[in-house]
Amino acid sequence: MNAPLLEVEGLTKHFGSGPAPVRAVEGVSFAIRPGEVLGLVGESGSGKSTIGRLVLRLLEPTAGAIRFAGEDIARAPERRLKPFRRRAQMVFQDPYASLNPRLRVRDIVGEALDAHSLARGRRRERVGELLELVGLPAAHMTRFPHEFSGGQRQRIGLARALAVEPELIVADEPVSALDVSVQAQALNLMQDLRARLNLAMLFISHDLDVVELMCDRIAVLYLGRVMEIGTAEQVTQRPRHPYTQALLAASPKADPDAPKLTRLLKGDIPSPIAPPSGCVFRTRCPYATPACAEVIPPLRDSGEGGAYACILDSIPERTEAA
Amino acid sequence: MTVTEPLLSIEDLEVSFRTEEGTVTPVRGVTLSVRAGETVALVGESGSGKSVTSLATMGLLPRPAGYVSGGHIWLRQRSGARIDLAQASAGDLRRLRGAEIAMIFQEPMTSLNPVLTVGEQIAESVRLHLGLGRADAHRRAREMLELVEIPDARRRVDDYPHQMSGGMRQRVMIALAMSCNPSLLIADEPTTALDVTIQAQILALIERLRRENGMGVLFITHNLGVVAEIADRVTVMYAGEVVESAPVRPIFQAPRHPYTRALLDCLPARAARGPDGRRRVKSIPGLVSRAGVGCGFASRCEHATEACRDGVVGLENEPERIVRCLRWREIA
Repeated sequence: MNAPLLEVEGLTKHFGSGPAPVRAVEGVSFAIRPGEVLGLVGESGSGKSTIGRLVLRLLEPTAGAIRFAGEDIARAPERRLKPFRRRAQMVFQDPYASLNPRLRVRDIVGEALDAHSLARGRRRERVGELLELVGLPAAHMTRFPHEFSGGQRQRIGLARALAVEPELIVADEPVSALDVSVQAQALNLMQDLRARLNLAMLFISHDLDVVELMCDRIAVLYLGRVMEIGTAEQVTQRPRHPYTQALLAASPKADPDAPKLTRLLKGDIPSPIAPPSGCVFRTRCPYATPACAEVIPPLRDSGEGGAYACILDSIPERTEAA
Repeated sequence: MTVTEPLLSIEDLEVSFRTEEGTVTPVRGVTLSVRAGETVALVGESGSGKSVTSLATMGLLPRPAGYVSGGHIWLRQRSGARIDLAQASAGDLRRLRGAEIAMIFQEPMTSLNPVLTVGEQIAESVRLHLGLGRADAHRRAREMLELVEIPDARRRVDDYPHQMSGGMRQRVMIALAMSCNPSLLIADEPTTALDVTIQAQILALIERLRRENGMGVLFITHNLGVVAEIADRVTVMYAGEVVESAPVRPIFQAPRHPYTRALLDCLPARAARGPDGRRRVKSIPGLVSRAGVGCGFASRCEHATEACRDGVVGLENEPERIVRCLRWREIA
């Protein structure tokens, strides 16, 4: 059994101070082993993007521990983070906003090499290799971002992240801005790179089909808390938490004979400034009892290393829920 | 006139834009119909021309650059008379919009007026189209918010758009669209900006209103899951043309056009396990490009021949299905 590459424990992030901060992330724990892909799924306000930024120390955590290869990341001063910054990289959602429009691709990717004094004297050659790794012709390194399509730009973002040979990539909605046919190319490329480079990933997405495809394990978030975590198969085929069930039921299937969307969750996602007491999901949960308002449900073992946060011992099967 | 005669019938529509570099024609060869009481999904990826088609139908093309350069957009009015929206006067269009055809958009925040309360916006529309007085219009606004299941409508009618969540704003947009009982609703990606649990609520709402009012719905989306959920019939667009049109089951279970087939295979849910144990999706090689002649999909199609690249590829009519492909029978 491999030791975890990334360990997160009790991670908490509040934005703003005073009596009513935005409680973006509350006590989140998970681990990622080398080469493993963990998916974070959730809707707006679930805290998934905030977690991605906290893990890379692009945001300062309010509380909790982050360990990368056994070293404390959450508290280390910035000057001591440089080796970590080479080993963990980010890929962003918007391939239009995340590339400097005034730089040529050669310099967008090359900057990452320069920052860590890599490939000195053979920068040009290395950039060409990286572009070919992500399926772009090396000759395109003299072009500017606007000369590429959305899917090609996402490849450039990947090449930049891979330039420093990271062990962990945080990918925040990396294919959400892409059309289905282009998304398919990008997903396949990421699968190839994973296999070739033994990359671990924190894969953030709102799309359950994409997460099921890409991830070994999945954590389901709601209002900054983990509702359920487990293997991709466990979470998508045998969900234990009512929210996981609702999320799966609400995702339209590309099959006209699939059961129609029934038993809809009522109401809106509550504000993270004033989250409900007890279980944060209880205001929309079809099975909520008065006890759910009393205690924050601890994570319970669901086997195979999985866990879920619900005090109910059993909830009806998804198929019976309609 | 029979009941089955379509409410909306678009025939060989072509839309052009005048630009500094000359005229471009992003939409050509669009043929589709919507009958009363049915939902037709118009599906396509970025640049397929689906939104331009819907804007042309509403008479909302950006003037003077954009214009209908060919074909017809027939609307059957309540009076029974047919009108070609492609040729209609500005006055006719203004009369029809809201009253007979209504449209909802992806981003309700930019389509609602931020300085008016949601009640005032609905009231304005019903006073204009239904000639109601001030008090009746306000009551109608509240009733419309109740119709779209906004909790506490009596109070929320005085809210401004920014005081509402994205899902609630989309409900307001729908209330606004429904306020004059349109016979045709055009919905352009109405759930794309919403979370899935909220999307499910909005889809159920549109479905309920369609059933209760018997209106036709033209639902524009890129999301094939949403299509399977809501559509009776599906029209697929690629590079400005309709490539296939059929009822929803045949589209998903026996697609005929190579693009429709390839698009469905791109879905992550249809991924197959590769030799390394990881799942891969099929993908479509290359990018959308619009050649002058021939089939628009030929450069990416595994079945393409010389004839596909060089010849004119027309729509073939089958019972309950149209396909724009020279080889669909051979490859089926």
